[in-house]
Amino acid sequence: MAVYLQFIIDVLSLGGAYALMALGLVIVYGILRLVNFAYGELIMVSGYTMFLLGDSALPWIVMAAAGVFMAIVGGIVTDYVAFRPVRTKSVTAVLITSFAFSTLLQNAALLFISPRPRNVPLPDIFSETVRFAGVVTPARNLITIAAAVILLAVFAWMMKRTVLGVAMRAAATHFTMARMLGVSANLIISTAFAISGLFAGIVSLFWIGRIGSVVPGIGLEPLLIAFIATVIGGMRSLQGAVLGGFLLAFIDTGLNYSLPQDLLKFLDAFTFSLVILILLWRPAGLMKGPASGQRT
Amino acid sequence: MLDVAAMLEVSSLELRYGAIRAVKDVSLTVGKGELVALLGANGAGKSSTLRAIAGAHKPASGAIRLNGEDVTNLSPERMVRNGVAMVPETRDVFPDLTVAENLRLGAFTRRADVSGVEEDKARMFRLFPILAERAEQAAGTLSGGEQQMLVVARALMSRPRLLLLDEPSLGLAPTIVGRIFDMIAELKDSGLTMLLVEQNASMALGVADRAYVMRLGKIAADGTAADIAAASDLKALYLGS
Repeated sequence: MAVYLQFIIDVLSLGGAYALMALGLVIVYGILRLVNFAYGELIMVSGYTMFLLGDSALPWIVMAAAGVFMAIVGGIVTDYVAFRPVRTKSVTAVLITSFAFSTLLQNAALLFISPRPRNVPLPDIFSETVRFAGVVTPARNLITIAAAVILLAVFAWMMKRTVLGVAMRAAATHFTMARMLGVSANLIISTAFAISGLFAGIVSLFWIGRIGSVVPGIGLEPLLIAFIATVIGGMRSLQGAVLGGFLLAFIDTGLNYSLPQDLLKFLDAFTFSLVILILLWRPAGLMKGPASGQRT
Repeated sequence: MLDVAAMLEVSSLELRYGAIRAVKDVSLTVGKGELVALLGANGAGKSSTLRAIAGAHKPASGAIRLNGEDVTNLSPERMVRNGVAMVPETRDVFPDLTVAENLRLGAFTRRADVSGVEEDKARMFRLFPILAERAEQAAGTLSGGEQQMLVVARALMSRPRLLLLDEPSLGLAPTIVGRIFDMIAELKDSGLTMLLVEQNASMALGVADRAYVMRLGKIAADGTAADIAAASDLKALYLGS
């Protein structure tokens, strides 16, 4: 019994982080039909912000807030630097500029900080464990679950109840029509990037919290995870991104529990095989997203 | 031309799609309170002209003036703030959003005016009772006629001074078309200025003050609705015999 509970906690905490990563990517993709390849670097930005503040006497929560804030700023800067100047030109151009911005940020970290891992301050509670119903689990996992649930609920509320949220859903279906109702393209896109940064920042707290340090290439794995989760869930559906995140975490954790020891090093191969099977069954992802759609 | 101040003035408009010139040298005016019909066969350039006025298609040359001010290269969202609302041809409701959410978006530019928006929504529900019944339904589940009403109501939510209507009768059953045109006549009586693009010339001329006929991207004829309706060569103008 305890092992099932343990399994559920592991899936939910990993899935919560994956779902947030995927949402951050898909919120921009849904509106622009463009993948922001500099997304992983937002996690890096947050990590280095916390590293730079690490020696100060600030409480951890303030450093964490500063990290998240810088990730949001990073998201908005991505829009201004990599997307806005070439947005209406061509898909290829934006693809290249977003890669370029990603490389630029990584190299800035290499050059000005260090290629070596840098320690990031962690709160004491992250290293504590919680014992209940025969299960021993890091408190960090439970905090991840709680943070994911709260953030997803707030996000769902915003998309459903606020004018801006409704406008973002509309823009994801038919951008030009939304503009013909007075919805400002720049406002919507910048908001999408800011939300993307918010998710990346929150995820960075838990992602970096597992390792305790930040390196310039830290964003690659979250980007890949987010990308796979959105592909499984359906590139254009917000619910799909969340579903994809949890499903990917379920597959990962399930294999982790069930594979024999000497096969564990091939975990990724097994995961991707299952992903390929899902895509053979549902090439467009599990959820289809809005009915129509077009690029700006 | 009627003796009224021109609200909209389009002069020597040229629109291109790549190398193709879809609209060339089109000039037209719409006076305050007027209902002007823009007629013509499929592909004559009517919808493109309307989209250019709404700011959704950048003109290659020419000028668009609104109340005397140059608005030629403004974005669609700026045009809405200037009081121009568009009812697109393809009945672009947001299918996954509810009827109420669609209406709420129509008032996006005046979102700070919460009570005013609520008031207008109630007014639209009185005007189109079927929309009130379906308020919480996804717009994609409405029938074609209901979607058309929703798109018109949504455009009115911005309290426009100029309403652009693109083929409001397209693909609708004749009885529904009749009701849509009744509604257009009511809006005209309320003093709203409108530019109406239609293929259904007889219906459009029935409600319009004046009309322009487009053929192959150019204005082929213009005059009062009665004159255009009386012109025996209307068919020739359409088909270019």
